[in-house]
Amino acid sequence: MRLRIRYGKLGKVRFISHRDGARLWERALRRVAVPVAFTEGFTPRPRLSFGLALPTGAESIAEYIDVDLVEGAAVDGTDAGMIEALSDALPVGIDVHVIATLDHHGGSKRTSLQDEVTSTTWELSGPALESTDLASASERLLATDELLIERERKGRRSVDDVRGLIRHLGPDDTATRLIAELSTIGRGLRPAELASLVGPDIAAVDVRVLRTHQWIEHDGERREVLSLPVGVTALGAVSA
Amino acid sequence: MDRSDDSLWEQLEPLLARVQKPARYIGCEDGMTAPEHRPDKVAWLLAYPDTYEIGLPNQGLQILYEILNERADAVAERTYAPWVDLDEQLRTAGLPLFSVDTHRPAGDFDILAFNLAAELVYTNVLNMIDLAGAPLHSADRTADDLFVIVGGHCAFNPEPLADFVDLAVLGEGEEVIGEITDVVHRWKAEGRSDRADVLRRLASVPGVYVPSLYDVTYAAPTAGFTQGPIESVTPQFTDVPATVDKRTVADLGEWPYPKRPLAPLTEVVHDRLSVEVFRGCTRGCRFCQAGMITRPVRERPADQVRTMVADGLLRTGYDEVSLTSLSTADFSDIETSVLGVLEDRRAAAPTGPDGMSLGCGTTINLPSLRVDAFTVGLAGQVTSGRRSGLTFAPEAGTWRLRTVINKLIVEEDLYGAVESAFSQGWTRLKLYFLIGLPTETDEDVLGIAELAKNCVKIGQRHTNRASVTVSVGGFVPKAHTPFQWFGQNTREELERKVELLRSATRRAGNVNLKWHDPAATTAEGVVSRGDRRLGAVIERVWREGGTFQEWGEHFDLDRWTKALAAEGLSLDWYVFRHRRSDEVLPWAHLSAGLHHDFLWDDWQAALAESGVEDCRWTPCYDCGVCTGYGIEHVVASPVPPAGGSQGTGQDLARGAAVPLHLTFTPVDAPTASSGVRATPIEAADMAVTS
Repeated sequence: MRLRIRYGKLGKVRFISHRDGARLWERALRRVAVPVAFTEGFTPRPRLSFGLALPTGAESIAEYIDVDLVEGAAVDGTDAGMIEALSDALPVGIDVHVIATLDHHGGSKRTSLQDEVTSTTWELSGPALESTDLASASERLLATDELLIERERKGRRSVDDVRGLIRHLGPDDTATRLIAELSTIGRGLRPAELASLVGPDIAAVDVRVLRTHQWIEHDGERREVLSLPVGVTALGAVSA
Repeated sequence: MDRSDDSLWEQLEPLLARVQKPARYIGCEDGMTAPEHRPDKVAWLLAYPDTYEIGLPNQGLQILYEILNERADAVAERTYAPWVDLDEQLRTAGLPLFSVDTHRPAGDFDILAFNLAAELVYTNVLNMIDLAGAPLHSADRTADDLFVIVGGHCAFNPEPLADFVDLAVLGEGEEVIGEITDVVHRWKAEGRSDRADVLRRLASVPGVYVPSLYDVTYAAPTAGFTQGPIESVTPQFTDVPATVDKRTVADLGEWPYPKRPLAPLTEVVHDRLSVEVFRGCTRGCRFCQAGMITRPVRERPADQVRTMVADGLLRTGYDEVSLTSLSTADFSDIETSVLGVLEDRRAAAPTGPDGMSLGCGTTINLPSLRVDAFTVGLAGQVTSGRRSGLTFAPEAGTWRLRTVINKLIVEEDLYGAVESAFSQGWTRLKLYFLIGLPTETDEDVLGIAELAKNCVKIGQRHTNRASVTVSVGGFVPKAHTPFQWFGQNTREELERKVELLRSATRRAGNVNLKWHDPAATTAEGVVSRGDRRLGAVIERVWREGGTFQEWGEHFDLDRWTKALAAEGLSLDWYVFRHRRSDEVLPWAHLSAGLHHDFLWDDWQAALAESGVEDCRWTPCYDCGVCTGYGIEHVVASPVPPAGGSQGTGQDLARGAAVPLHLTFTPVDAPTASSGVRATPIEAADMAVTS
């Protein structure tokens, strides 16, 4: 049995790296005594798989972790007590929102969350964006046929066209924040890179980033990995 | 609390997006306290003058943090040295040093208390005082400024920092921090009158040393040098003690701290639970300051160890615990304790049907292992899964030199331990050695390579993958040890010895040699036995940008030698010179309880290659600590542990052949060339009677 957990990362803990997050989850699961399965081999590790890495400094209300349980373990993922216990065992700012139970088996054939997710939605905010005409900036970017950005990776420079990765772009209702849905295909487009495309004066480092959704598109149909229960949707406002 | 007016978080947040490893600065650890500040409480900012990764696991700081926050009249928060990138950001933004718990400015605290674990962090201390917004020199501080306190092992010679600190605390802090809090609390309640007045009151708290209340005079320059030793250290008032004695907690069982260990959110150097099983060590290794200044041995009751481990693992979610001390295999109940811990874990584990769960596989870490087969057997019982590496510290390459330093490991024991380790599945061994020890010859140095090669040979009988890593550090003589009179090897001499080892191990494929930078060892030597005149040197190094000197990429010996030259002080005089018995050492008015005569006699015994036994299980040889302070060893076992190595029940007479002798002062070449002091010369001066 596998648990798929949706959680948020808000506030000071946004500065924890993706890698650090793995250690925190191991400790939290041990504290709550979740019967986690281990990998085989000489140095068994708990079988946890994390979704797409969240950049250090970004916040999120749509992070995921998959936890494989030992054979025969019966854990009720919808149990509110477990959601609360895990949130308590995690640092302030990391809160569990939904736990789903996935029944499928099949070891290595299982697709990872990372491969399933096709796009993610981001909310970008900050003083630099507030002073920018977000509507026209978005229109300008969406009107282009190609958007070239120069990147460096492992000492090699490359120029990539990222236009095709922007699936949606536009201001929110308040016109102070930018909502973007970005495709996660290939190297993808990081929200910080997007921010610098929006305006030449916008320093990526000054932009606050919040991941609000992760989407799976299958046969032309787009669905959220796990939807937030009613009442938790307002969380985005916390990250002002 | 984050958004209260007292917190700098809102201003810090944009800066953290611009620095490396921002998680260092956010706090939020499991076990963190967000204390309620009130004007009538004494607010302590506990500081570790190096990065968060190194400072967070520090147990002393965690213990004091908790004890202070349990008091109704005190609050404690923590701070660590901001890395150079954040330091620059803070200074540009005009923001001060801050606490990681509630991100309050350092200036909101009454006391900035540093743990000094290494000499090269002193420039960071200055930087943090400055970043806190306090005047750098204690003489310039007023009633509105913070008190700067230093404690920890290096505080046993705080003289190089005398210009910058208000108080140094000698010894264990559990009790004395409460007494300091009481004095400061009363002073605040009385309206924070005169700063000089409260310092005077603090000087009468046992264990507290107030450097500004002592006058230091200097004698005429030593022959061949531009400077001379201390002539006198005199308290300015009759109620200021002529000698300050260290503090020692009599019963460790009364202090089961930390009860709420801090589990960090980001990677740190010791990312596991630590439970201290005993304090003090009387193995009597003569180079070891920790063993000398933390006497006597006080064991924690075994059942308390077991409870602290079980509670700590449950609370933090760790699956690994270190049982810490200066020599953990010496803990009387070590075997029953580790078995008990494992039993508790099995009982607590919610084992799944396939027998695997997060509760299983707890690893017990036994640092500072004695070198013998018993110890390895013990380590075999407690490590689950892969047996990757095991570490031993023979410290010297020959039995002769080991009798000099009193690290009494016979080769049979070392090889027995090595055999035992490889046969139980370990494939990699790490051996720690010191070079530059008193009386050391090239034969002793080459003995290190010989030992390592023999260990590999033993290992290869068990596995093709057998490898031995040899880690060598240059010896720095420390205050309050029998070697405090010894002239440290020059940088060139240490480099020559490293080179000897490199060529001796070059063709031995499975021996990996690692060494500590001899230049850094030299700078450590400056500060280790320094006096007040070095304050100006440390300040210069800091002003030239010399922070994070423990970090290779930031360390530069030239900064230190230039600063010494600019102040008219001599590297040779501070570091490479042997001292006489009657020289007033800079820490002579500070006491770890060890008699001068005990230390001097032990130094002479070292030169005569004569070992001493561990006084836990043999008659007292009167080092002075127990008798002087009216405390005793607290050791559950009346007999030495099984295994018998390291100075218990050995024939100490063997091997003591031709004693070597030391020259008294270095030859007067300013940077004496290598080899000069490696040559045994007439001993006349060394035999100065005490």
